[in-house]
Amino acid sequence: MSTGNRTAARPEPGARERGTAPPVFGPGPSRHGARLAVPLWTGGILLLLASVAVAVTIGPARISVPDVRSVVAAHLGFGDSGLSPIRDGIIWNLRMPRTLLAAVCGAGLAVCGTVMQSLLRNPLADPFVLGVSSGASTGAVVVVVLGVGGGAVSLSAGAFVGALLSFALVLLLSHTLGGSTDRVVLSGVAAMQLFSALTSFVVMTSADAEQTRGVLFWLLGSLSGVGWSEVVLCSAVLAVCLVICLAHARTLDAFAFGQDAAAALGVNVARTRIVLLCATALLTAALVSAAGAIGFVGLVLPHAARALTGSGHRRLLPVTALAGAVFLVWVDTLARTVLDPQEIPVGVVTAMIGVPAFVLVLYRTRSTS
Amino acid sequence: MNHPADAGEGLRAERVRREAGGRLILDGVAITPPPGATVGLLGPNGSGKSTLLRILAGLLAPDAGVVTLDGNALAGLGRRTVARRIAVVDQHAVTQVDLSVLDVVRLGRIPHRRAWSAPGRTDEDAVAEALRRTGLTGHAGQSWHTLSGGERQRVQIARALAQQPRELLLDEPTNHLDIQHQLDLLALIADLPVTSVVALHDLNLAAMFCDRITVMKAGRVVAGGTPVEVITEELIADVYGVGAVVTPDGPDGRPSVRFLPRR
Repeated sequence: MSTGNRTAARPEPGARERGTAPPVFGPGPSRHGARLAVPLWTGGILLLLASVAVAVTIGPARISVPDVRSVVAAHLGFGDSGLSPIRDGIIWNLRMPRTLLAAVCGAGLAVCGTVMQSLLRNPLADPFVLGVSSGASTGAVVVVVLGVGGGAVSLSAGAFVGALLSFALVLLLSHTLGGSTDRVVLSGVAAMQLFSALTSFVVMTSADAEQTRGVLFWLLGSLSGVGWSEVVLCSAVLAVCLVICLAHARTLDAFAFGQDAAAALGVNVARTRIVLLCATALLTAALVSAAGAIGFVGLVLPHAARALTGSGHRRLLPVTALAGAVFLVWVDTLARTVLDPQEIPVGVVTAMIGVPAFVLVLYRTRSTS
Repeated sequence: MNHPADAGEGLRAERVRREAGGRLILDGVAITPPPGATVGLLGPNGSGKSTLLRILAGLLAPDAGVVTLDGNALAGLGRRTVARRIAVVDQHAVTQVDLSVLDVVRLGRIPHRRAWSAPGRTDEDAVAEALRRTGLTGHAGQSWHTLSGGERQRVQIARALAQQPRELLLDEPTNHLDIQHQLDLLALIADLPVTSVVALHDLNLAAMFCDRITVMKAGRVVAGGTPVEVITEELIADVYGVGAVVTPDGPDGRPSVRFLPRR
């Protein structure tokens, strides 16, 4: 990376205006100044739009990017797409919501992972560290297999309730155990084990083969069969949580040296923690109830994004969100096309790509820790 | 209210009491660091130095008593307001995050920045000044994880200075350092234009660099004054339970302590 300005004690006056690049001092996470951030964001957004447009065209029915554009335009009220109702339906009702939900899930999980890792000071933390995904599984299984709610309660609703119950249990447990960050992580692990066991128990004792298959697919994460309602709901939750997390970007930086150091820098640690834990748990619960527990995105993407932007959250969070979105759009495209007509659970593909990527990231950063 | 005339300046603790796990950690402690002075906080392990520093920083609330900043109760001030006035340096800062020296020093600007805002010119000026004062300007791009213990403490002090505090609280900042870095660090601290309270173990270093010394034992302040007034053979025998010879051989006739083997 650039070492040219390393000895520059004082940067050029022109480079120091509000909002422009901080002085570049050479290697280290600060090497990517705001100068680089604008192209990074614009590039990321363009890449995401292009990814969505292209990913929608991929599949058994042959569709072109202009087709996608005209269908989207038609549904937004600009003229007529001129495509047959079937092709229009494939684009607008099948592939579009699925691809968009992939983007939303990728962005949301990656952001949750970043926040958890910083807040809990644990590089292994991910959105599921609070037991939210396993609670969601139990909730879903209870609805699907045991028939709780008598069909009036959907799988998603059951998952959502299960996720929030699990999160409440983790909060209660960690508070009882002393409330330090390691207690939060341990409580999450305990809840995860408990709810996984409950899920297995229900599946083993009550489910038939068909139900087991459905539950398993959902446990591994799947975006098949999602519709616009999931997209709208998850996007709304993502938007709210993203705003909350971005508002806390500066505060998250303060946690680098621990809670006491954060408090000494003027952070209200207890309030910050509860706000961010609740926001990420809510977002994770919404995503998991729509698409199942898609693993590894929340663990790996934050590390990859950090390697790209450094650890300042003001830049890290948007970049992580964009990277997660693009990543999951393509992984889901792979998952639904590689073994066509059979579909692989997207969580399986994220793990198969994520593990080597994770090792690579850890290998590249090995000297620093 | 009680001290309309003299409560104006700086940090002051009165009748501070703190219990933890049924044990009395601080018992009626009062301390008033003179503005601009370097105050050494001495005492054996477990005498309450760290707890007192945490209470002075507002990180811990006293069970009884009051800490005031310019006459206002610390508890009534917002955390950010306090962080703009009082900076804290711990004995050992640990992070897993990959940060450069510049990143760490910039953390000191957090209490001065608003949510959503990018660091402004005043922030960058404060950071540059903190780096200059600690002699770290040339190391700004270096990774935290490649620094030695002494350099890390120096970076933490730079971070504290970037907060532009008027009070600086340091909890055994020289603990993990070799003697050269201990001397350098304390010389730097003593030279800073802020009121500093430094918990220390080494009596000779305290005598050399501190303007005032407060000695604690079992949660109480047992002595306070200039190094010459405080560091005596009687006090060392009383507080630490060891024999020592104290001579005025330090710089400017400050006390110099030589410990005697225990019988």
